[in-house]
Amino acid sequence: MSTQSNEAGMVLLEVEFTGGLELLFSNQRKHKISLPGSDEKGQPATAAFLVRYLCENLMKDTRKEMFVMDGTVRPGILVLINDADWELEGGDLYELKENDNFFFISTLHGG
Amino acid sequence: MAPTLCELCKTTRALIVRPKNHQKLCKSCFISIFETEIHNTITSNSLFFPGERVAIGASGGKDSTVLASVLKTLNERHHYGLNLILLSIDEGIKGYRDDSLKTVKRNAKQYDMPLEIVGYDELYGWTMDQVVEQIGKKGNCTYCGVFRRQALDRGAARLDIKHVVTGHNADDTAETVMMNLLRGDLPRLARATSIVTASAASDIKRSKPLKYAYEKEIVYYALHKGLDYFTTECIYSPEAFRGSARTLIKNLEKVRPSAILDVVKSGEDMARLVPDEVSAAGQGGKDVLVVEGEAYRAGGCGSANGRSSGGEMADTERQLLESEKAQGNETEISHLGQKHDRNCKIPNRTLRKLPKQQMGKCVRCGYLSSQDICKACMLLEGLNKNRPKTQIQVSVDEEDNSSRLTRRMESLKIIPAEQM
Repeated sequence: MSTQSNEAGMVLLEVEFTGGLELLFSNQRKHKISLPGSDEKGQPATAAFLVRYLCENLMKDTRKEMFVMDGTVRPGILVLINDADWELEGGDLYELKENDNFFFISTLHGG
Repeated sequence: MAPTLCELCKTTRALIVRPKNHQKLCKSCFISIFETEIHNTITSNSLFFPGERVAIGASGGKDSTVLASVLKTLNERHHYGLNLILLSIDEGIKGYRDDSLKTVKRNAKQYDMPLEIVGYDELYGWTMDQVVEQIGKKGNCTYCGVFRRQALDRGAARLDIKHVVTGHNADDTAETVMMNLLRGDLPRLARATSIVTASAASDIKRSKPLKYAYEKEIVYYALHKGLDYFTTECIYSPEAFRGSARTLIKNLEKVRPSAILDVVKSGEDMARLVPDEVSAAGQGGKDVLVVEGEAYRAGGCGSANGRSSGGEMADTERQLLESEKAQGNETEISHLGQKHDRNCKIPNRTLRKLPKQQMGKCVRCGYLSSQDICKACMLLEGLNKNRPKTQIQVSVDEEDNSSRLTRRMESLKIIPAEQM
């Protein structure tokens, strides 16, 4: 299955951060972003590519380690793709589709 | 790719993977099973009695918000007959607690529960902002921890309530097990794994109904139920050591999700091997005798009940609950347990006498204390004298009084089995 991108070769996504993560992303919960439909190697853009893209392009905060660790989302952060746990969708390997919703929520804050 | 269907109802799209058994569930089946498991934890441990007045320690964070929501639901569904009240502590931290208290106030309306707020300033004459201004950010968690424990008790006492429930989850319990293991604090390890803690320093019972609930599932529950909770970390840095234990646990979970409940289970098994005298001693009980090396040696005898682990994660929680129930019996077995392990020799039987700790009242504030002056008053004395570094050693965690025993246990020798 190939990544579904629009004519310009870009994928439009909605990305949401909560549970404290919004602080790393300009204190804004919802972001509409448009990113290339293929990754650095010309492969279809995956969730892993999105995470890298967010770090490099959307995150103004310098504390990257609060979001990413060892090349993937930090343990303790849940990722939902269109409301489902990303484990159900292939995790890192999920191929992005136009209008997907990505929801990142940190479980690390006090109770 | 066709959506994965829920493994229970087989009709709705699965949205959740349960960490402890990889079960894939839809939203409504997940909510139902989560609530049922908390109900089972409550009934199999007989946490409540009908008509009991229970204070929910409410911070506005996810755990206590989920606890309040679930308890309200279960209380109505299963007719527990509980009278539930939200009890919040105002540490006096601007930009953190004042915002989270707003959440608790909304929760009180949403759940139709009375709310009681006790403030550090009214109890102690100091807000945490003032404490930090005086002593700096380093070490302020010690003050906050000691003050909080008393404050919850005092709040409960003010309401004439004898039972406080807190939102500690399985991840918290696993962290605490790891921390106590890493500092060699067996008495506290034994007490921290217990679902109900009654401390000699207080006549108010504490319990943790979410003890077997994964943090991940608590967040999913809050998310899918649309609960209103607050998510900012305390602005005064969290405890560094707990942070390390937390990272360790989260990394383990990533590799093997069942690890969290497995660590909790290991903690419970180890706790069972700690002789009652040792675990009680730290709490300030009666005259006690400790057999040198006993606690350490007992750990080498392995699990007393030989339950299998791994591969049967679906049953893990039920097993945990059963073992919890059987705890009384099994403590006895582990004392007699030398019989089934022929390689274990009787250790050096020198008896050490621990100092007698008598519960009395703090001469300053009248609060229950094993010393003339309670810890909070000692800390306050330091603060009030503008001399932040008091000589007493206070341990950071929620349990009291075991630091003395820890120091004593440090002086005990560990005798390797081959030398015995």
